[in-house]
Amino acid sequence: MSERIKVSRPEFRNVSKTKDLLWKYKWKPAALVSLVHRGSGMVLFLLSPLILYFFDQSLTSEASFRHLQDLLSNWFVKLIFLVICWGYLQHFCSGIRHLVMDLHIGLDKESARGSAIRLFVVTGVLTVLIALKLFGAF
Amino acid sequence: MANDKIGPKRLVVGAHYGLREWLAQRVTALVMIAYTVIVLISFLTGSNFSYEGWTGLFAQEWFKIATLVAFLALFYHAWLGMREVYLDWVPATGLRFGMYVLTIVWLVGCAVWTARILWRA
Repeated sequence: MSERIKVSRPEFRNVSKTKDLLWKYKWKPAALVSLVHRGSGMVLFLLSPLILYFFDQSLTSEASFRHLQDLLSNWFVKLIFLVICWGYLQHFCSGIRHLVMDLHIGLDKESARGSAIRLFVVTGVLTVLIALKLFGAF
Repeated sequence: MANDKIGPKRLVVGAHYGLREWLAQRVTALVMIAYTVIVLISFLTGSNFSYEGWTGLFAQEWFKIATLVAFLALFYHAWLGMREVYLDWVPATGLRFGMYVLTIVWLVGCAVWTARILWRA
């Protein structure tokens, strides 16, 4: 029997949410997707009054529709709208990834890592496109 | 023996605890995916991106109903998600209960608001 080689690696037992998870734990892409899925869901929930307000204004009357267009000409409102779009895209795409994984597809380490990275690329590109459109680049 | 499962601490496994929520989270997600596809197809094939095009879409009764169903799925989905976040991060029972109540009241209000938006003359 060969001697057990001792390698000092960080060990996490009884992982504390505040002491270990956020500061010490190394965030791999797949873990980050999980975190961002929850984060984007919370962002969408917190912005739900605004989302419904925008929806309301867009449908109530032609005047309210124009009012919404005026509102959206403001850069800060544009930014909030962009956050809503990002939240929806991110939560939608990572949600589909979760649903696919529920079918036991792509569960191994490499595929999970690959799909996580691809996911961030896709939602990132789509969000940048929306941002460019929103701020009048095309 | 059925009696084994009764005691000062109830059995927390084997009784499908959480399965209902897990499944509902996924079913509501599928409803919203279907609705997103419907909206994208109806709006992008409509080729009318003006106020008339947008409201014309929501003037159809079936579209109003589909929208309300999708939004109800959304609000239930949001409740399940927020409940999970509170369960993870708010250990104080009283505070968590208060947050549950506020979240439910807000989401029920959102459901009524959505119905009013859709069926306003």
